[in-house]
Amino acid sequence: MNLGQAIIEALESVSSNKLRSALTILGIVIGVGAVIAMLAVGNGAQETITGSISGIGSNLLFVFRGNQTEELSHVEPLTLQDANALLDQFQAPSVDKVAPILTQGLQVTYGGEKTNPTVYGVTSSYKDVRNYSMSEGEFITDEQNLGRASVALIGVDVADKLFGRRDGLVGETIRIEGQPFRITGVLVSKGGGSFGSEDNTIMVPFSTAQARLMRRNRDSVDTIFVSVLEPELMKQASDEISQILRERHRTSIGADDFTVFSQDDFVATAKTITGVLTIFLGGIAGISLLVGGIGIMNIMLVSVTERTREIGLRKALGARKKDILIQFLTESSLLSLLGGIIGIGLGWLIAFIVGKIAIASGTPFNPVVGVDAIILATVFSTAVGLFFGIYPANRAANLQPVEALRYE
Amino acid sequence: MTDNVIHVNELRKIYKIGEIEVHALDGVSFSIERGEVISIMGPSGSGKSTLMNLLGCLDHPTDGSYILDGEEVSELDDDQLAGIRNRKVGFVFQSFNLLPRATALANVELPMRYAGQVPDRRKRASEALESVGLADRVHHRPTELSGGQQQRVAIARALVNNPSILMADEPTGNLDSKSGKEIMELLLNLNKEMGTTLIIVTHDPRISEQTQRVIRLVDGKIAEAVA
Repeated sequence: MNLGQAIIEALESVSSNKLRSALTILGIVIGVGAVIAMLAVGNGAQETITGSISGIGSNLLFVFRGNQTEELSHVEPLTLQDANALLDQFQAPSVDKVAPILTQGLQVTYGGEKTNPTVYGVTSSYKDVRNYSMSEGEFITDEQNLGRASVALIGVDVADKLFGRRDGLVGETIRIEGQPFRITGVLVSKGGGSFGSEDNTIMVPFSTAQARLMRRNRDSVDTIFVSVLEPELMKQASDEISQILRERHRTSIGADDFTVFSQDDFVATAKTITGVLTIFLGGIAGISLLVGGIGIMNIMLVSVTERTREIGLRKALGARKKDILIQFLTESSLLSLLGGIIGIGLGWLIAFIVGKIAIASGTPFNPVVGVDAIILATVFSTAVGLFFGIYPANRAANLQPVEALRYE
Repeated sequence: MTDNVIHVNELRKIYKIGEIEVHALDGVSFSIERGEVISIMGPSGSGKSTLMNLLGCLDHPTDGSYILDGEEVSELDDDQLAGIRNRKVGFVFQSFNLLPRATALANVELPMRYAGQVPDRRKRASEALESVGLADRVHHRPTELSGGQQQRVAIARALVNNPSILMADEPTGNLDSKSGKEIMELLLNLNKEMGTTLIIVTHDPRISEQTQRVIRLVDGKIAEAVA
């Protein structure tokens, strides 16, 4: 008996018992659907995160307080003085510009409209460090910073929400936490980012934020952005910064109480996180595939018992062990392949819906159903059917014709 | 020398149930000529089913020799026996044993599927159905056929590979007397036309008296061979 006939017979057998076949493959459908959806969401998340991190700028270093890998009993905050010290041309020759920032989500109102953007306290150097450009007005100047001016730059998302337009906004007055600020510029859109939308922002002078919006101890800052002269000097710049801060924080022995991070570190970290996530979700999905496979084995065993007489008859008519084996293996693989195909469709649908929901809720996120995932799911589901079909098929093939024919 | 299709010598079959040995067939010897019509009779437990299973190559004898159509089959393994059954033995069962989902035609085609490459499979199957008088029932499923018609399909299936012997196990046992009679007529006619050796296992004397010879078994031994 050749494979083509075996497939036709298996199709007949599967379709003659539609409800049972459907229930049998449900486990595989859910398993494969889960695998496809999880991988798609995982890949989509990874692409979104790494894509937005890459948009930050390639010659940028971030300095945070604290140490992510070790427990510290005492953590000195980063201060304005730390930021200024990094500008030392002799100790840190690779550093180009330094931009300390304060950041906090605050309520901003205009007329009856209100929104909760991320408010940044920045210095003039932040513009160059982060590559911001203005569609209207000027960036925050050193004079405004010295004078603690009540001025603000507005991102396009905030502009949309408060004004419903993006131009002619310079000179308008908005209220941040109830205090009036005059708009002196509109930021050019940067698109979505991993730290929320980069357009849902308000920028005010650092000193103004420090004095009037965000209470911090002494001259502490939240993050120091450092631009490096050349991308090749990243490692060197990172070492120089660490050296300066170690001296200033007196942590030259023991663990640092600060962290210098580059965009590459971010990407690597994000990839690690999403990778672990993908493996974790894939593992759960894999378990459901396993359960689905056991379901197939169970039904195939029932089927073998039910069809004992048929097997006996086929043997009496000249079927060899191999023929019976192929018949049942074809049937179980076909069942699981069918489940796999439906599962791929289901997973695709789930990924599509997740993507729609993400976009509807403001996170640009595109789940990717890769060809590799489809091939993986198809091969894996067929293999599951084959593997879990071996035992029942073997049992069928080894039936003795005399006993099988006598079976009631 | 006569043309023996079957030659059995000192055939034994011993089943072991725990420590107890059951001698289902205890040294049976006989020959059957090509084209003969034979019935095997005996009370239940006499070993006639065992003998039928051995003659039909469904089971291995414990001891003795069995030459079927010039080939010693008592030493063959399972798959070789399957090949012998496919080519040389046709089976007709009491309960028909048709595949319920398949049409008459597909049922008759089944032995050819296991025979490897058979040209004109479909044509041969419909010719076989024609020869049992079911030319108009080719695409019917077993559930759409009467018992007698189902047994005709089974006979067509048994003969489609041109076997050397046709084993019929109580072929009329599940049929009313009218269809039973028709089936017996059909079997005997086919034997005349095609010359296929016909072996009928039965306990019904009305069947056995239509055969040329009766092998009567008692306690695993041949009690008498009536010529």
